[in-house]
Amino acid sequence: MHFNTISEALAMGGYGPYVWSTVWIVIAVLLFLIIHSMTAKKRTLTMLRLEQERADKIALAKKSNDDYQSKPNHN
Amino acid sequence: MWKWLHPYAKAETTYKLCYRLLPYFSWLAVITLVSGSIWGLFYAPSDYQQGDSFRIIYFHVPTAIWSMGAYTSMAICGLIGIVWQIRNAELAVYAIAPVGAAFTFLALISGAIWGKPMWGAWWVWDARLTSELILLFLYLGVIALYNSFEDKRTAARASSILAIVGVINVPIIHYSVEWWNTLHQGASITKFDKPSISPDMLWPLLLNISGFLFVLAALVCLRLANQILINDARRPWVKAMVSEKTNKAEQSKNRATLADKE
Repeated sequence: MHFNTISEALAMGGYGPYVWSTVWIVIAVLLFLIIHSMTAKKRTLTMLRLEQERADKIALAKKSNDDYQSKPNHN
Repeated sequence: MWKWLHPYAKAETTYKLCYRLLPYFSWLAVITLVSGSIWGLFYAPSDYQQGDSFRIIYFHVPTAIWSMGAYTSMAICGLIGIVWQIRNAELAVYAIAPVGAAFTFLALISGAIWGKPMWGAWWVWDARLTSELILLFLYLGVIALYNSFEDKRTAARASSILAIVGVINVPIIHYSVEWWNTLHQGASITKFDKPSISPDMLWPLLLNISGFLFVLAALVCLRLANQILINDARRPWVKAMVSEKTNKAEQSKNRATLADKE
């Protein structure tokens, strides 16, 4: 270990704020990227599911409309 | 000779390959980054000129190296997509861009934080810093261009061309410290003679450089798999995945209504 005490390590020879702010920014950006990338698949599948449900609803509505139109007696 | 490569032109094969490689890259990234950072921050000796502020090197240099490495691989993917019309390569361009942009951002920020105590300025308009900033704008340009087309084939082609044209910036960044007068220090590792850095400082740096490469690889695997999923939305294998998800959602909904009735 280069430092003798924890407070010495946190101080970083007077450069503590610079070194530790770099560390935290790196951690924050990497965490954001990792979470965003890991949830991407879930977002895509949800989007595709909603699209599919919408397409199914449209097809159903079209079918019931066609059935109604093809009945002979309605005024 | 290249026949083993052919199955990977099929999207589903590449999708599976991404998820097969992902755990290896992730664990290697965790191991190298944690050990490299702890070694670099707490165990490496301090610099005889810069004191402990030099420890920023363990985050600045890896992100800077891979901001250029990611850009080069993105441009190569763009070239493959344009020349051989391989869709997976076009998707890889858009998978790499956000990760590369984040690395470039980190290299610029950590450089600025290092510059303040050492140079007395957060930012100077010299060649190395300016060309790295242009790299960030190139990444953002690729992302913006891809998103501005409704037709994703056109989008991929346009952003691939931008990526290929922009690759001229990479050697400019690398050689900027030799070609122009600059505050930025010269290369310490990639010199032809012995590296001018003590092995006690070099080993954690090499660990972190490989660590950020594994992070890059793992994130690109995830993002490429997602792009393939979006691109193949109308294909049976993706539809099967979607309907499986729908069934699961319905099952849980039914279970919830049953629980309500009880």
